[in-house]
Amino acid sequence: MENAVEVGDLLVERGRRTVLHGISCAVPAGSVTGLLGPSGSGKTTLIRAIVGVQLVKSGTVTVLGRPAGSTPLRRLVGYVTQAPSVYADLTVRENARYFAALYGLGAADADRAITDVGLADAAGQLVGNLSGGQRSRASLACAMIGRPELLVLDEPTVGQDPVLRAELWARFHELAAAGTTLLVSSHVMDEAGRCDRLLLIREGRLVGDDTPAAIRAAAGTDDLEEAFLRLIRDQEAVAI
Amino acid sequence: MSLRITLATTARILRQLRHDRRTVALLVLVPALLLALLYFMYDGAGSTFDRIALIMLGIFPFVIMFLVTSIAMLRERTTGTLERLLTTPLGKLDLLFGYGLAFGLAAAVQGAVATGAAYWLLGLDTTGNAGLVVLIAVINAVLGVALGLLCSAFARTEFQAVQFLPVVVVPQVLLCGLFVPRGQMSGWLQGVSDVLPLTYAVDALIQVGRFVDATATMWRDVVIVAGAAVVALILAAATLRRRTP
Repeated sequence: MENAVEVGDLLVERGRRTVLHGISCAVPAGSVTGLLGPSGSGKTTLIRAIVGVQLVKSGTVTVLGRPAGSTPLRRLVGYVTQAPSVYADLTVRENARYFAALYGLGAADADRAITDVGLADAAGQLVGNLSGGQRSRASLACAMIGRPELLVLDEPTVGQDPVLRAELWARFHELAAAGTTLLVSSHVMDEAGRCDRLLLIREGRLVGDDTPAAIRAAAGTDDLEEAFLRLIRDQEAVAI
Repeated sequence: MSLRITLATTARILRQLRHDRRTVALLVLVPALLLALLYFMYDGAGSTFDRIALIMLGIFPFVIMFLVTSIAMLRERTTGTLERLLTTPLGKLDLLFGYGLAFGLAAAVQGAVATGAAYWLLGLDTTGNAGLVVLIAVINAVLGVALGLLCSAFARTEFQAVQFLPVVVVPQVLLCGLFVPRGQMSGWLQGVSDVLPLTYAVDALIQVGRFVDATATMWRDVVIVAGAAVVALILAAATLRRRTP
């Protein structure tokens, strides 16, 4: 299978701290790949490098065959930041229509994206008046409008109720089935099982890169949280 | 740069303003109210009021739009919308000219209301045409927007952004010829005043106050102010980085 994203020896420093210590990994095209790791592990930095807004020290990031952040990619990559980056002083519909206009799309495309994230009833409300979960769905809708080939989502399901979370994951898999590649970060291990492939990251280093089934098998446990722990212990043991 | 995206951005910024009725009311009414205050201060001294009110019609939009834009741009930065916009097909100049256009339009409304109030309610008297006063006010507002966008690149917090007002705006107001005529300033102060764009805006307004028709000096001044605004916008684009640490 072809890779939508290829990261090679990526080294990122923020201030004096090394955030990513030479990470190499890949995201297969048409998959839902989960980027899992605790808060502060470097997930957002890796994501920012992939969408091309992170200054990197060294290494390569190739997205859809082009260097990350190059101009043609801006039509092909959708990005949802961790904090919902939509305009709080506009309605959901006005936000969606503005982002649609950036891609040369119209009101119908904007409205469809709003419906897709289950916000049709709140379309006329100011984003500032929405709940946290609704806000992040509004932000998600704005990234889906341009029908990107790669959708990069930084913790999109935080604060969503369980039913909606299941619906969003179903929607992610629908998109993947239609050919979109999704990279979804999360710090909640129970979401790992919903991914086709997992990248486990801790303290700026990759500790696992496989399918959930293979990670379970390698660690000898059905519980992914436990599997993650064992992977870390094994690696620490090797290091010593 | 794309005209479609620039105009979509302008429309988006105006929609944001429309949802904020209090800001709209403040933008439209405050300059006119401050002019009324000046009118009562200079009660009976018509020619002094004429001179100062005319210059103030140019200074108000410059100061107000500088402040409004630097905060608006900082908000784009701190809420993450800027980072997101820079991953879309939007060009940096689309965003900056979008702001210039949106707040320029807001300034046209503000300038029309303030100028109308000054001439009809407060009896402002100039030799030249009131329409030219509105034109200069709008160009001044765009200059304020452009400098505000440029300065916001150097501010990380609202506190810092507000501090650029005394640094960038106040010296221009002090040296523009409002307090001390430029001819009476010492040579080096005149030299500093010569490189500050607001000086030319005020000079253009003084020309409107003195002459019936638009003079060549006035048009030269207008071109200089507009040119300074465009340069500031391009510098703002150059300081806007897609990749950040």
